[in-house]
Amino acid sequence: MSRHEARRPSSIELERRAFRKNQSAKSVAISFVSTLVFALALWFFVVNTPGWALVQRSFFDLDVMAGAWPRVIEGLWLNVRVLFFAAIGVLILALLLATLRTLRGAVFFPVRALAAGYTDLFRGMPLIIVLYIVGFGVPGLGALPRMPLEFWGTIALILTYSAYVAEVFRAGIESVHPSQRLAARSLGLGYGKTLRLVVLPQAIRKVTPALMNDFIAMQKDVGLISVLGAVDAVRAAQIETAQAFNFTPYVLAGLLFVLLALPMIRLTDWYSARLRSREQAGSLV
Amino acid sequence: MTSVVTLENIHKSFGETAVLSGISMDVSHGEVVALIGASGSGKSTLLRCINLLEQIDDGQIWLSGDDISDPRVNPDSIRARIGVVFQQFNLFPHLSVQKNITLSLTHVVGMSQTDATHRAHELLERVGLAEKATWYPDRLSGGQQQRVALARAIACQPEVLLLDEITSALDPELVGEVLELVRSLKDDGTTIIMATHEMAFARDVADRVFFLDKGVIAESGPAHEVFEKPRDDRTKVFLQRFLGPGL
Repeated sequence: MSRHEARRPSSIELERRAFRKNQSAKSVAISFVSTLVFALALWFFVVNTPGWALVQRSFFDLDVMAGAWPRVIEGLWLNVRVLFFAAIGVLILALLLATLRTLRGAVFFPVRALAAGYTDLFRGMPLIIVLYIVGFGVPGLGALPRMPLEFWGTIALILTYSAYVAEVFRAGIESVHPSQRLAARSLGLGYGKTLRLVVLPQAIRKVTPALMNDFIAMQKDVGLISVLGAVDAVRAAQIETAQAFNFTPYVLAGLLFVLLALPMIRLTDWYSARLRSREQAGSLV
Repeated sequence: MTSVVTLENIHKSFGETAVLSGISMDVSHGEVVALIGASGSGKSTLLRCINLLEQIDDGQIWLSGDDISDPRVNPDSIRARIGVVFQQFNLFPHLSVQKNITLSLTHVVGMSQTDATHRAHELLERVGLAEKATWYPDRLSGGQQQRVALARAIACQPEVLLLDEITSALDPELVGEVLELVRSLKDDGTTIIMATHEMAFARDVADRVFFLDKGVIAESGPAHEVFEKPRDDRTKVFLQRFLGPGL
């Protein structure tokens, strides 16, 4: 190590480094300028459209935005809570479904078929229809205690997203090399323990970026619980819009959803990049 | 003799770990050079540096007189002049054997489809797999796959062929056919730099042998000298482990 640190780069290497630094500075400058030019061109185009003044007033009114803020942010808090419970519910149900679908043997045929039928049904059914059926139909049975609307919204989200996430888990489980399963069974671990201690940890690691992506998708679909009447950010924005005769609250709610999603989006990017760099071991191509 | 590849004082580290610490060598036209040494001694990294898959930290690399370590050169056009075969996963599984070979001919060299197909058949004839042209790689044995990979690597008539332990992932009974092919490529005058664990083959076929240890060349020279009269203690220990004390 000391030998490595003590070595001084040759003049040729120093010249190469200077050239590369210069090149990358040039590329950064070019991409910065071209982005700026594009943004400005777009801005000028939008500002000079005939209807801009009107659109600006009804979509980007700062006073309306300030007025809508308290109610929309309160609504967003409901979205966050629903998201929290839905995410936990989805993970549990999806893992269960994926495990059931990968069970081997004729005995488990009904269970496998049931799990397969479930994912077929809920991946095919539009979320909004599931919301209506669960949100209005199930309480209508009158057999269950009265629950707030957001409770049924959460259930509908769990039902739909579990179907997608179960398939992601299943792909992960099936991507673990068969030898791993054989090696675990050879050690004397039973089916369940093999799955829990050997297969699932590897499977989950492999599908984490895909799972994070599904989480981001769910983060914004949480806004759909507003169709049931639950006063979330979208519903709150709708109420404010109706009162102010101005669409700005919707824009505010939209921006807040983006802000909510950003940390997760960045985290997913970072995690995928880390996985990739491990696999390629620093090569240039 | 004209130099095809010249390395001068190559340094490369990954983070804090120095992998190559001042490698210099000169490979002449038609020469076969074997890189030997323990795993992690830097053999593969050296080959990847020559092929510009890794950026060196210091030193210079020349290919037929061109300084290819200069950042002004286009790495793609340099790589087109170098043939490479890795340990495994060389062939594209979604293309037939013939398409694997014609890919670079049509898309890099700009040959017509007809000419490229003709050339692919010549090459497959050369490696003894003419009847497998329309097969897909997964139906070939490991040895056959490596022979196709060699055919693909020499398709564009590269100035040098880099072989990175091309028999290490093969079943022992398949090693022979691949090494036979390498031997016949040498007889055709192909310049080859190969990292290998096949000591007997290196001794028979290589003109010169470089023994790498911890990123430096511990010993180098004509193959029979390095194998029969190693001077460096590290080489002696290494060869003893590989060939047994009876050498």
